[in-house]
Amino acid sequence: MDRDGAPTPDQALLGTVLRLGDNALILGQRLAEAMTHGPELEEELANANFALDYVGQARMFYAYAAELEGGGRDEDYYAFRRDGHEFRNLLLVEQPNGHFGDLTARQFLFEQFYLLQLEALARCADERLAAIAARAEKEIRYHLRHASQWVVRLGDGTEESHRRMQASLDDLWRFTGEPFAADDVDAAFAAHFGGPDLPALREPWRERVAAVLAEATLTMPADEWMDGGGRQGRHSEHLGYLLAEMQFLQRAYLDARW
Amino acid sequence: MQDENWPLWEVFIRSKAGLAHRHAGSIHAADAQMAIDHARDVYTRRSEGVSIWVVRSADLVASDPADSEAFFEPAADKIYRHPTFYEIPDGVENL
Repeated sequence: MDRDGAPTPDQALLGTVLRLGDNALILGQRLAEAMTHGPELEEELANANFALDYVGQARMFYAYAAELEGGGRDEDYYAFRRDGHEFRNLLLVEQPNGHFGDLTARQFLFEQFYLLQLEALARCADERLAAIAARAEKEIRYHLRHASQWVVRLGDGTEESHRRMQASLDDLWRFTGEPFAADDVDAAFAAHFGGPDLPALREPWRERVAAVLAEATLTMPADEWMDGGGRQGRHSEHLGYLLAEMQFLQRAYLDARW
Repeated sequence: MQDENWPLWEVFIRSKAGLAHRHAGSIHAADAQMAIDHARDVYTRRSEGVSIWVVRSADLVASDPADSEAFFEPAADKIYRHPTFYEIPDGVENL
């Protein structure tokens, strides 16, 4: 912290990189949980590709965080040796898969945000982070195309699929305020590195989401009470179970290797 | 699971610019856009391609196996149709 309590540029950069890594890792783990549950063989493969894309992105973010932090940490430390309150991911990405419509709604809402975030990060002043973001952006553009198509297919499908897709969106909507609620780390990162102004991404996000929902004949839910706290380490009850499964091996057998 | 299977599509992949698309396999998909995506997800995971064609399997017209004698056997003894009397210049990979 500097004298007025705001994060220093170094702290803002590390904090931002870790948050990005946490979002990618937790969502990658969620998608991995869905493996072998795909509705079709082709969708199964698509989902496995997506899960691995996210884990790969997490690895790039964590490797960079380890370098920034020094101290001999590595990617595995961030993934396997931290407890829930140390994770800084958004609540949206830790929400359970539910049925295919729930999973699709979660991916769609998050990736609409994540793509905007990556587009802005790819232009930020930190070259390494900008390069990682540019690479991730290409992957997420395809993920989002896939998720958007399914929102349209299910929304504009049968009466039953429409009803369930709408219910999935309604259920997750309360997590869509948090991505844009910047805290002092986000503000410092924007100020020092020209990073994304998160609150300003909300309007383009709404426009892009609205365009797909209109095609899908779905109704954009009203903004009521919004959940939050993930960036400060306050998570929903779901994260603990996810971490317990993901971290078990490394916790039980310290430094186990293949 | 849906009650009926999605229709079958044949997938053709161009492995690099300048080469022809080659048959890679088949996938199930509800429509053309989904077919392209499924082909991408299933057949280009290891950098196999730079371009994809898909066509509904039902739209392919195939020769009848019963015709194969009349169709293909007459070519077997016509050695003069093979361009084996030319020397291929060094460095030509795809002819």
